[in-house]
Amino acid sequence: MTVVVEHSFNYFEKQGEPLTREMDKIVELRNVSAGYGTIPAVQDINLSIEKGSFTGIIGPNGGGKSTLLKIILGLVEPWTGQVRILGQRPERNRHLVGYVPQAATTNRRFPISVRQVVLLGRLAGRAPAFHRYQSLDHDIVDQCLARLEIMDLAERQIGQLSGGQWQRVLIARALAVKPVLLLLDEATSGLDAGVSTQVYELLRELNQEMTIIMVTHDTMALSSYVNNIACINHILHYHGESALSPELIMQVYGCPVELIAHGVPHRVLEQHGGLS
Amino acid sequence: MISSLLHYQFLQNAFMAALLASIACGILGTIIVEKKLVMMSGGIAHTAFGGIGLGYYLRIEPIYTALAFSLFSALSIARIQRRATVMPDVLIGMFWPLGMALGILFISMTPGYPPSMSSYLFGDILTVSRVDLLVMAVLDLLLLLTVVSFYHLLQAYWFDEEFSMALGLPVVLAESLTYAMIAITVVVLIRVVGIILILALLCVPPALAGLFRNDLPGIMGLAVLIGAVFCLSGLGISYCYNIPSGAAIVILSVLVYTGTQLLLRCSSSYFTTKR
Repeated sequence: MTVVVEHSFNYFEKQGEPLTREMDKIVELRNVSAGYGTIPAVQDINLSIEKGSFTGIIGPNGGGKSTLLKIILGLVEPWTGQVRILGQRPERNRHLVGYVPQAATTNRRFPISVRQVVLLGRLAGRAPAFHRYQSLDHDIVDQCLARLEIMDLAERQIGQLSGGQWQRVLIARALAVKPVLLLLDEATSGLDAGVSTQVYELLRELNQEMTIIMVTHDTMALSSYVNNIACINHILHYHGESALSPELIMQVYGCPVELIAHGVPHRVLEQHGGLS
Repeated sequence: MISSLLHYQFLQNAFMAALLASIACGILGTIIVEKKLVMMSGGIAHTAFGGIGLGYYLRIEPIYTALAFSLFSALSIARIQRRATVMPDVLIGMFWPLGMALGILFISMTPGYPPSMSSYLFGDILTVSRVDLLVMAVLDLLLLLTVVSFYHLLQAYWFDEEFSMALGLPVVLAESLTYAMIAITVVVLIRVVGIILILALLCVPPALAGLFRNDLPGIMGLAVLIGAVFCLSGLGISYCYNIPSGAAIVILSVLVYTGTQLLLRCSSSYFTTKR
């Protein structure tokens, strides 16, 4: 028996190699340009995101970071170029993508409970009429609430939550989709350092199970949690693993930006000194 | 008043109309307030005037043409808003008077003496006919069925449109349903408060209910109750003092809202100073 298993394993290794390599690319953008009205937001983006990576997208305000996320989500139709999520058009793989929007853009005054918000994540691909949540949906929601340690808030109205609690609810809702790809838009803006760290620790943990792409302004995240960086200012200036150079930051932001890591595993920027 | 209610058909009609109106205003009012579509609804209400003018011109019962007209304009507005880059405010600023202008045009084209429009503009609950009642009941039923059967989709759309799109939910369907329901609500309320005064009856009951409840079905239910109290009191005032029902309902509801807010503020400051 073992021989057979070994054999088939080897067979897959050889025959399936190009296929698996394709599948390792969870997001693939080829020559993508997009914008609003006649104003371009991003131009000629080529980007591929490896399965299991944790990518931070940085760039100045209005540089097209959120647009890039929305292209991957299939919310913004690109003018030109191709977008593939696991080899498919974004619309076809929506059930595999969890989205955490900017907390500031959500309507916190809406009369809805935490549980109902997280349950929305279970609506993907369901018939619109006469829908009822199944007990499986409630179980998954319970798991997500437990994972984010907000079980005790389940019946709370969202207007009564703190900023950190609300961010957790938004992440729980994205997890309820059961995604293989998690997209976050400034998940820690407005949160204090302690809460931000908790969110990042959680994301690091989630990264064991899923690919994460996160738009961020937070240098702490870049320095210690993210293992890939994409710099966007209308065009993709840089995408890769190694440290960012001050010259690149200058090029992307148009001015030197403090991106100094504070004594954490790997530095984003090379050490200062040569510049002054 | 009570004995007259038993005797006069028109009072019984008015009573039923008040109850039917409160169902529509409570449920849709809550949606409009939470989804921030108050001005949009005001605009859709005023386009109904074009439909009423058309009804007079074509010699059809105006409530039918008002329904067709406001449904058509509500759905077109939703579509234009989605496709075009025009600001919603500007869009409202155009179709609101356009609807009124079309109404005036149709009425001026109608041969003979111009009909009195005041019952449609300001509402006259005492002249509600059997046909009106039947239309109102059917439309109320339609509203309830739509909200109940599409509840989760609609809730997702009302709360977070972008996330609903990211999930691949039929957001355009949810939007069309919502706008169509606004148009239907306008028609249900026209005979009771009139086109010009509709906004108050859409805003005040949900706003009041929102002070006491913080879940969507709870606010809707309480808003229906509050709406019923306003409409019935408006009917009473209208009957006893010979004031148009729309004016009575609007003045009463705004007064009650202001009074409640003041009371709540006083009581909360009283309690906080005591502690």
